Amino acid sequence: MKQKHAAPVSVERLSVAYHKKPVLREITYASPEGELIGIIGPNGAGKSTFIKAVLGLLPLTGGTVHIYGQPYRATQQLIGYVPQRESVDWDFPTDVLDVVMMGRYGKLGWFKRPGKPDRDIAMACLDKVGMADFAKRQISQLSGGQQQRVFLARALAQDATIYFMDEPFAGVDAATEKAIIQVLQELRAHNKTVFVVHHDLQTVTDYFDSVILLNMRLIAAGPTKETFTVENLQKTYGGRLAILPRQFDLTMMG
Amino acid sequence: MFEPNALWVVAGTSVLGLTSGIIGSFAFLRKRGLMGDVLSHAALPGICLAFMVTGTKNMFAFLIGALLTGLVASFAINFITAHSRIKEDTALGLTLSVFFGLGIVLLTQIQHSPNGNQSGLDKFLFGQAAAIIQSDLLWLGIISLLLITLCALFFKELKLLSFDPAFAKSIGFPLRPLEFLFMLLLVTTVVIGLQAAGVILMAALLITPAAAARYWTERLGQMVVIAACFGGLSGLLGSWISTFGTQLSTGPIIVLSSTALFFLSMLCAPRRGLIAKGWRAARLKTKLAEEAALTALYAWMERNQQPAIPESELPAILLEAKLSPKQLDNLVRKGWLCRQDGELTFSETGWKEAYNTTLFQRLMEVWAMYETSIDSPVPLQEVGRKEEFPAQLRRTLLGLLHRHQHAPRYLPDHLAPSEQGGFL
Repeated sequence: MKQKHAAPVSVERLSVAYHKKPVLREITYASPEGELIGIIGPNGAGKSTFIKAVLGLLPLTGGTVHIYGQPYRATQQLIGYVPQRESVDWDFPTDVLDVVMMGRYGKLGWFKRPGKPDRDIAMACLDKVGMADFAKRQISQLSGGQQQRVFLARALAQDATIYFMDEPFAGVDAATEKAIIQVLQELRAHNKTVFVVHHDLQTVTDYFDSVILLNMRLIAAGPTKETFTVENLQKTYGGRLAILPRQFDLTMMG
Repeated sequence: MFEPNALWVVAGTSVLGLTSGIIGSFAFLRKRGLMGDVLSHAALPGICLAFMVTGTKNMFAFLIGALLTGLVASFAINFITAHSRIKEDTALGLTLSVFFGLGIVLLTQIQHSPNGNQSGLDKFLFGQAAAIIQSDLLWLGIISLLLITLCALFFKELKLLSFDPAFAKSIGFPLRPLEFLFMLLLVTTVVIGLQAAGVILMAALLITPAAAARYWTERLGQMVVIAACFGGLSGLLGSWISTFGTQLSTGPIIVLSSTALFFLSMLCAPRRGLIAKGWRAARLKTKLAEEAALTALYAWMERNQQPAIPESELPAILLEAKLSPKQLDNLVRKGWLCRQDGELTFSETGWKEAYNTTLFQRLMEVWAMYETSIDSPVPLQEVGRKEEFPAQLRRTLLGLLHRHQHAPRYLPDHLAPSEQGGFL
């Protein structure tokens, strides 16, 4: 594969199993570059598992993952990650700025402490998510939306080329949702590729250029306009899709 | 008055407390408190095996032995939780007792052997700080220094490992080697602590200073330093009390000292301590009652467009707002409310406070109605006090309030609210 033209993320026959139960089966996918990509599917479809597998956080049962044609280890610097905010204990003794600076750790190397340049970058990232006034706030005093924005700022501080975000819109307030989407659009303007695990079908067409429809297997992937169709959604959600997103109601009525 | 021997003991236990406070902080934050207990119990068979192989009491051999059995124990825990339905707490309990049992069996075996009586290994059960001699202290000092240096060098890595291991892995931190390093630190601390504190009490020395330190600070670096001080202080106190005052065993007194420090922290720490928390809760309660009284009285005046309330109306107002007369007395005492000639009225400050409080509550109500269509720098749910209200929303919300005819509608003639509404 020629590296120059290799996709930001490409996976081939990727399979993952938990306790011998398959969660993802034989997924083959190559992503476009510089787009916001929504990962859509029902609960338990393996959306989070998919990005964790790509990030190398889970052992693969089979298949390969390449970032720009190279194995993950060689390209870690290119990748930014926003985990689900419930995955950490927010009563940890530290403040907001310190958490955002953790985004710089990957670039620092062993033993080195973050310095003033890292602090400045972290502050700039906090400003982008509208949290600059909270830099010295103890993290246990943050609301859910603020926690999410802190995690987003930490990922921005990684200064990555490809971002993976695990349910950044889950349970956040309207102001945070707006702040996040603004940041996403800015990332796209800088030609970054952003994967977002997403569960709100109403906003998919507004937010994402491409989608990956997932339900243990890859149901469909491609530009939102062509891929996010009633037929594909029915395939993804089976009988479980009770309410179709707004835009379909209109087209079906018309 | 200082026997040199006693001095070694005091110095030794202090250094030990200090080190275990530091290492214990990370164990505490990683919620691996019980792991320290498992490792110290698992160290016993390792030490016995090392003694059986080498035939001498050699700190280095003990370390290797304890590390080996510690590794086997933690592997066993991981194996049990990964390959069965048994949860971690049960796995920890099982492993701890099995290894301790094995250790006791080996210990009895050694006692019956020819050079067993001189081994003094049984002292490892409860520890015997009084046996610390000058050469032990040297060892203790060197190893402690090494452990503390490693902690300082890997501070950032250990911090991220404790806070968010998945993120640490995603940015390329080698998780397994780091986990191993951390276990190495923990086992080494346990081994140097066994002689003084014993298998059974060592875990307390790791966890208690850290748990106490957590009350005093919101920064990891400070917490580690405070835990070190608490640990060192308990070591000092414990050995001091047992050596000079009484003939009590040192290990348990150290544990009791650090527990005393823990209780002190739990009660007296600013912000996190129980007393501070209780005080804050009481203040909040008073403030809410005050606001409830102000708005209830104001509502009556607004409804009746009168600057004073006859005493005869009071019982009904109090009943409706579920207030006690005491809360009115409180307002009188503050000089916000005047009681004369059978009537109640606000002082000037009282009027302003009542008006502002009512206005704030109604602004919040109208904000809630229009939440989705109003851009705000702070979400509605996070504004609890007047001071937190975002200034740039004032004009919009005040306009809405007037449109809904819900703005406060009464003030005596000599007072007028500012253009932004209220008196700010």
